[in-house]
Amino acid sequence: MPDGLRPRRPASLLAQLVPLFAVLLAFAVGALMLLALGVNPWGALKALLQGAFGDLNAIADTIVKAIPLLFVGLGICISFRGGVLNIGGEGQLVVGALAATAVALAGTGLPGWMLVTVSLLAGALAGAAWGGIAGFLKAYLNVNEILSTIMLNYIAVYGMNYLLRGPMMDPIQVKLGFFIPQTARLPRAADLPRLVPTRLHLGALLAVAVAVLVYIFLWRTTVGFRIRTVGMSRRAALAAGIEVKRYMVLGLLLAGLLAGLGGAVEVLGVHHRMFTDGTAFGFTGGAGFNGIVAALFGRLHPLGTIPSSFLFGALLTGANKMQRVMQVPAALIVALNGLIVLFVVGSEVIRRRRLRRLEKLSAEGKG
Amino acid sequence: MMRKIGFVALVLVMVDLISLGAPFRVAVILPSTINDFAWSQSMYEALMAIQEEMGEENFQFVYSENMYVIADAAAAIRDYAAQGYDLIIAHGSQYGSSLVDIAPDFPKTSFVWGSTAQTFTELGIHNIFAYAPHAEEGGYVNGVIAALLTKTGIIGGIGPIKTGDAKRYAAGFEKGIKDTNPDVQVNYTFIGSYSDVALASEAARTFVNAGADVLTGTAQMTVGAISVAKEKGITWLGYDVDQSPLAPKTVAASIVVDWTVALKPIIAMIREGKYGGEILPLTFANGGLKLVLNDAALEGKLSPAEIIELKALVWETLRKIVSGEIIIEVE
Amino acid sequence: MIGATLVGIATSAIRLATPYLYAAIGEALGQLSGVLNLGVDGIMLMGAFSGFYVTLLTGHPTLGLLAAVGTGGLMGLLMAFVSVTLQAEQGISGIGLYLFGLGLSTLLFGMTVGTVKAVAGFPPTPIPGLSQIPILGEILFSHNPLVYGAFALVPLAWFVLNKTPFGLKLRAAGQNPLAADSLGVNVIRVRYVAVIIGGILSGIAGASLSIALLNVFQQNMTNGMGFIAVALVYFGGWRPLGVLAGAMLFSTVNAIQVWLQVQGVDIPSDFALMMPYVITILVLASMARRRIHVPAALNKPFERGGE
Repeated sequence: MPDGLRPRRPASLLAQLVPLFAVLLAFAVGALMLLALGVNPWGALKALLQGAFGDLNAIADTIVKAIPLLFVGLGICISFRGGVLNIGGEGQLVVGALAATAVALAGTGLPGWMLVTVSLLAGALAGAAWGGIAGFLKAYLNVNEILSTIMLNYIAVYGMNYLLRGPMMDPIQVKLGFFIPQTARLPRAADLPRLVPTRLHLGALLAVAVAVLVYIFLWRTTVGFRIRTVGMSRRAALAAGIEVKRYMVLGLLLAGLLAGLGGAVEVLGVHHRMFTDGTAFGFTGGAGFNGIVAALFGRLHPLGTIPSSFLFGALLTGANKMQRVMQVPAALIVALNGLIVLFVVGSEVIRRRRLRRLEKLSAEGKG
Repeated sequence: MMRKIGFVALVLVMVDLISLGAPFRVAVILPSTINDFAWSQSMYEALMAIQEEMGEENFQFVYSENMYVIADAAAAIRDYAAQGYDLIIAHGSQYGSSLVDIAPDFPKTSFVWGSTAQTFTELGIHNIFAYAPHAEEGGYVNGVIAALLTKTGIIGGIGPIKTGDAKRYAAGFEKGIKDTNPDVQVNYTFIGSYSDVALASEAARTFVNAGADVLTGTAQMTVGAISVAKEKGITWLGYDVDQSPLAPKTVAASIVVDWTVALKPIIAMIREGKYGGEILPLTFANGGLKLVLNDAALEGKLSPAEIIELKALVWETLRKIVSGEIIIEVE
Repeated sequence: MIGATLVGIATSAIRLATPYLYAAIGEALGQLSGVLNLGVDGIMLMGAFSGFYVTLLTGHPTLGLLAAVGTGGLMGLLMAFVSVTLQAEQGISGIGLYLFGLGLSTLLFGMTVGTVKAVAGFPPTPIPGLSQIPILGEILFSHNPLVYGAFALVPLAWFVLNKTPFGLKLRAAGQNPLAADSLGVNVIRVRYVAVIIGGILSGIAGASLSIALLNVFQQNMTNGMGFIAVALVYFGGWRPLGVLAGAMLFSTVNAIQVWLQVQGVDIPSDFALMMPYVITILVLASMARRRIHVPAALNKPFERGGE
C-alpha cells in the first residue's frame, strides 16, 4: 500500500480536518444535483441527519449498518497491509453467513451460548476457507488475487442461490408451493442478544472487540509484524528470512475469516435466516465493497476503521431516509456516495503535503 | 421507545378513521423501479389506478424503489409504519421475515407482502396480509398460446432464478404446452440474475439458433430477450404487465397481474378494522390475472381463421382454469 | 447438427466477448502506465447511457457512439485527475468512480427516458465476400460493426504498446517512473493519456451493449462486467493477446453454459452459471509457471522528486 496510508503521529488539527472539507464539498455538489432535480437541499440534509442520528432507533440502525463494514474493513486492514488486495468481501460474507445458518439450524436444541459460539465459528472458518483459496491460488499457483476474489464472489452467489432454492430451502416454502428462496428461521437461542430495545445487537461489541484484537495482532505480535513486513517490501521480507508466500496466504485467509465472521454476525444479529434475491447485495448491502472504503478511510488502522465504518453506516442509513422523506431517487444517493469517496480520497494529497511541511518545519526547528 | 411510536401510529390511524374525510395512505417498498416493465411497474400501475378511481383526496401513496438491500427495506418499512401509514406494501417475497419483526410493534398498521400464502397468524400476528398471484395459471395460458403459435415445434423460456413466481410460471408454461401439443419441445433456462440484460439476450439468441420461434420469460432483464425476438421476427409472450408497447409486432400476448384485485379488498377490510390474516389470491377466476392478446402481432403469424381458432381454444382454456377443470400443480 | 451447434456457440462467444475486450484492453493500458482503475463498470454504464440517449434523440448510432466516447473520456479524465494529480489511493478512487457512474447513469436515465425503450442501434453488418466463407464467415464476419472494432483493437493495442514510442513511454511510466522521468518522459501526461483512453474504451464497451448488441438501456445493465474486465487484465498478464484469450475463454464457457441450458441438459442452472468463473480460475491456475511482468509501479502514485 502507498506509504501515505501508514498510521502517523497526530499532527495539525487543520490537516486532519481536510477529509471533512472534502465531504462537505461533495455534499455541495450533491446539493447542486438536488437543486437540478427541484429538491430542497436543506430538507434533504435534514432528512439525512435525522435518518442517521434522529433518535435512538436511527442511531441503532446506523451502528447495525456499520457492523459488517467494520468486520470486512478489519480484514482489509490485515490483507492490504500484507500487500494483497482482497475484493472478495461480498463472497466471504455470503459463505460465512451460509455456514453459520447451516450450523445454527442443525444445532437446534443446544444452549444459546454454545449455539451462537459454534455458529459464529463456522461462519469465520467458512470465510477463512473462501479467502484462503484466493491466498493459496496467489501464493502457489500465481493467480492474481484481484481476479480470483472477483470470480469467487460470483461463485459464492451462485452457490448460495443453489443452496437456498434447493437443499437449504425452508420446508414450509416447498409445502406452500411459493418457493421463496430462504432458509427456515434460526432457533431463537441463536439470536444475538439485543443491547437496548432497538435493533442494536451484541455484534456491535463483538466487532469493536475484534478491532482491538486485530490492532494487537498487527502491532504486538511477531506474525502481525511479518505480515506488515511482507506488505511493505517483499524483497526485504525475503531478505529477513520471512516465508513471504505463507504470509500472503495468511493475509487473505484472515481477511476472509473476519468477513465470514461478519456474515455470521449479520445472520444471527439481524436476519435470523439466510435468503437471496439472486445477488449478494440483498444480503450484504454492498458491505464487501463499502468495507474496503471504510478501511482505507480509517487509514488501514483497525481502530481508525471503527469511526470510519460508523460514518459510512450513518451515510447509508441517512440516505435511505432522505429517499423516503424527499422522494429523491435512490440513485442520487449512490452517485453522491461515489463523489464523497472520490473527493475524500482525492483530498488526501493536500493533507499529506500539509503534514509533510509541518514535519519539515518541526525538524528544522529542532536542528 | 418502539411501543411509544406504535402508540403514536395508533393515534394517527384512529384520527384517520374518525375524520372520515382523511385520505387512505399507502407506502410501498419496491425491489426495482416503477418503470421496469415487470414486477414493480405492475404494482405502481395498480396504485395509480386506485388513486384515479378513489380520487387523490381520498387515496395517497408514496414509494421507495430499488430497495434490493433487505436491511434497508426493513428500515424503510419500520419508518413508514412509525409515520402512521394505513397500509404498507412490501412488494417482494424477500421482505416477509422483516415484517414478522416489525408488524407486532405496530398492531394498528396493516402490512401486505407477496408472492406468498403466509400471513403469520400462527405466530400470533394479525396485521399482515398476503397476496398470491397464481403465476402458474398465467404460464399455462401462455403455454397453450405458444404451442398453437409455434411452427418449428421448439419453444424457449428465460427466467431469473428458479424460485417463487418465476418457477411457478415456468412450470405452468411447460404444462400448458405439453397439454396442447406433446410433440412440441420446450426448454426453460434460468440466467441467475434479474438485471443481466446481456445474458438474457444471449439466451434468446441461442434459443433462436436452436430453432425456437416462440419465447417467453419473467422479470425485468427479459427486455434484452424481447429486443432479440423483435430483431429475429419471432414471437414473445409476456408476463406482469402488457409488454406489447416494447415490440408491437412481437409480443403476441401478455399476462397482466392486476394487483387492484388484492388491494381493494384489503383497503376495505382495513377500513372495517381487520388488519391482516387473509391471503388474497390473484387468479383468472377473480380477475387478478388478465390475458391481453395483441392482434397486431398475431396477424403477422397466423391466418384470420387460425386466429379465430386460437382465440376459441384460449377462451376455452381460461374457462377450464376458472371452473377448476384444469389444475396446475407445481413441484 | 454438431457443426451448426459449434458455429452457434462460437458466434455467441464472440458477441459476449465484445464489451469485455474494449473494457479490458482499456484497463490494461491504464494499468501498464501504473494506474489501477476499478471504476470500469461505472464508466461502462455512463457510456451505455449516453450512447443510448443520444441515439434515441438523434436516431444516429454514430452520434451515440461519439457521446459514449466523450463521456468515457470525461470519466477517465476524472479518474486520472484523482489518481494521478491528486495521487489518491487508486483502488478506492476506482470504487468511488464506479458508484458515481452507477448512480448517475440510473438517475439520468430515470430523469430523461424513464421507461424501457428500444433504439435503432448499429445493425449487424456482414462483411461482403468474407461473410460468404462457409462456417468462418458466419462465426467471424457477420457481426455488428462494434464487434469487429473490439477484435481489431487487439492487434492495434499490441502494435501501439510494442512498436510505437508512445507504447514504450507508457510501459516505462508503469515500470519505472523515476527512470522514465529522468529520460525525459512526462510520466504524468502519459498516465493521463492512458487512463483517458482506457475511459474512452470503457465507454465504447458500454455503448456496444446499449446501441449495438442489445439496443436497450436499463439501470445497472452491465451487471458487474467491468469488474470481470479488470480480472481479465490479470488473466491476460497485461498483454492484448492474453486479454483476448481470457475474454474468449470466459465468453465461450458462458456461451456453452447458455447452450446447455437451452438444450435442456439436466444440471442445476446455478452450477451452469458458475462454470465461466470456475474455469477461468482453473485455467489460469494450471498455467502457474507462465511468465508475467507485473507493471512494477502499478497502484503507486508518481511525484516528481517524490519519495
